[in-house]
Amino acid sequence: MFNFQTSIGQVNFANPIFTASGCAGSGRELAQFFNLTELGAIVTKSIMLKARSGRATPRMAETPSGMLNSIGLQGPGIDLFLEKDIPWLREQGANIVVSIAGESVEDYAVLARKLRSVPGISALEVNISCPNVENRGQVFACHPTTARAAIEAVRRNIGGELPIIAKLTPDVTSIVDIATEVVSAGADALALINTVLGMVIDTNSMRPKLAGKTGGLSGPAIRPIAVRAIYQVREAMPNVNILGMGGVASGRDAFELILAGASAVSIGTATFGDPSAAMRIKRELQDELVSHGFDSLHEAIGYAHRSDGGLR
Amino acid sequence: MSTINKNAQQIAAEIISNKKVGAYHHIVFAVGDIASHVKPGNFVAISVGGENSSMVLRRAFAIYRTIDRGATGGALEIVVAPHGSGSTWLTAQMPGVKVDLIAPLGTSFGIPTEPVRALLVGGGYGSAPLFGLSEVLKNRGCRVDMVLGASTAMKIYAPLDGKRSVSSLTITTEDGSTGLTGKVTDVLAEIIETNQIDIIYSCGPMGMLEAINKVASELGIMHQCAVEEAMACGVGVCMTCVLPIKGSDGQIRMLRSCIDGPVVDGDSVIWEAKRTIPEGTWGTN
Repeated sequence: MFNFQTSIGQVNFANPIFTASGCAGSGRELAQFFNLTELGAIVTKSIMLKARSGRATPRMAETPSGMLNSIGLQGPGIDLFLEKDIPWLREQGANIVVSIAGESVEDYAVLARKLRSVPGISALEVNISCPNVENRGQVFACHPTTARAAIEAVRRNIGGELPIIAKLTPDVTSIVDIATEVVSAGADALALINTVLGMVIDTNSMRPKLAGKTGGLSGPAIRPIAVRAIYQVREAMPNVNILGMGGVASGRDAFELILAGASAVSIGTATFGDPSAAMRIKRELQDELVSHGFDSLHEAIGYAHRSDGGLR
Repeated sequence: MSTINKNAQQIAAEIISNKKVGAYHHIVFAVGDIASHVKPGNFVAISVGGENSSMVLRRAFAIYRTIDRGATGGALEIVVAPHGSGSTWLTAQMPGVKVDLIAPLGTSFGIPTEPVRALLVGGGYGSAPLFGLSEVLKNRGCRVDMVLGASTAMKIYAPLDGKRSVSSLTITTEDGSTGLTGKVTDVLAEIIETNQIDIIYSCGPMGMLEAINKVASELGIMHQCAVEEAMACGVGVCMTCVLPIKGSDGQIRMLRSCIDGPVVDGDSVIWEAKRTIPEGTWGTN
């Protein structure tokens, strides 16, 4: 029987198909279309300390094979999230990865303290790379020092064995440098990649199409960037687990990220086009792996890095 | 807590018919028992472009009406204006083609328990969901008057069998090519007074809905409208289609028009926000 198991920083998951933070809410809507326990894990929308209205509209523009969004982390804040969403997800029996985002290093520390004793969470994604903030200086993952500070704050406060997955942006000169920094600061794994900063100008109104002017580009348009980032980081740090994401719309795409070095794959924008995309991709990925002669997912992780040149 | 329409199902639906009507296309899908769960005001989200399309997002359409003929015969009808690449693709699909469709989605128009006098106001193809609503209201013993407006005659959607369900139909066009010259709001006050209207239901562009709400508010008449906001997913996960809505607790929140709408109370929408986040909105402090 095919072994679909994977692990992210010492935690095992039954299969490698996760949702991507910000693309599945807290699971309630997608549960109308499939059983959440079928996912390797649900990664919840990045939650902040306080309730947040998000940015003005329009927040979205479709682009060739992708979309721009500038939601701006709209959400209920950590306290309501822990009161309403986590108990509900636990009731469903879902594997939960909680994604957090902060405006300051202290925010990350407080969020980690609030989560440290919460039962039923498999891992923590620390989103230090959301592009939809007013000040680009707030994108912690753009600088090694701020990236390190945010991850250290979580490491110091989370305690125990909950793995920390640092979510990084490819919008940097060297993603390997940032990845190395956050791993040395205590990240157990990496989520690669967040959206890529972009812009669309409406040629009728002759103004930026998004109210927030810039937005995060996602969808198949950015997949080669994800593959490159995952490949580079895997090459530099072959023992660090990577949760890969960026434009995965089919089993073939998920396979590509796994070959580059991802231990698990998150489905993001594809869910907007098809709420049951994760289930379809999971089936297709297994077929893809089997047809290429793999007996387990594990054998395929990073397979594109092999040096023997042998063909399967 | 707001939740996704409990009856929403995702299916591969075959196109049964696709006909050009004026500036629009009237498209019928075989949807089986989904038809029996659709209420006036609900919408459908359809993926466009076929396999390997570069259009990654679903398109949302107001449901014109459904025909409930059980699991084999149920049909769902929409009226589409081909102006973007997605809607243009859909209007080019022939009967026999299957599309990925999710329905019913969103909220529906509130139906009064008493027989009331209702005025239905539609802009362009926004008139489509009003005909199904009109049928339901008429079956409840309500008197139904209708006002439809558009820029020009070609853009008025008023099928013959739809017209039969209303007591009076007033048409306005901005260029005067049919009906009265002007906007729907030019004729509202008089119709409301003459027919002693109790409630207004509307569907169309946001500017029109806002103008209707102003009239309704001034005259103290209830107004339910189906709002139009750009959606990426239609099922409540992307958070792009939000608009500021004041709850019964007085708190303004950025709510999803796909989950808490499209049908909302006109007075609950903060119309003057004009795509900004109003001061005091939940989560702005």
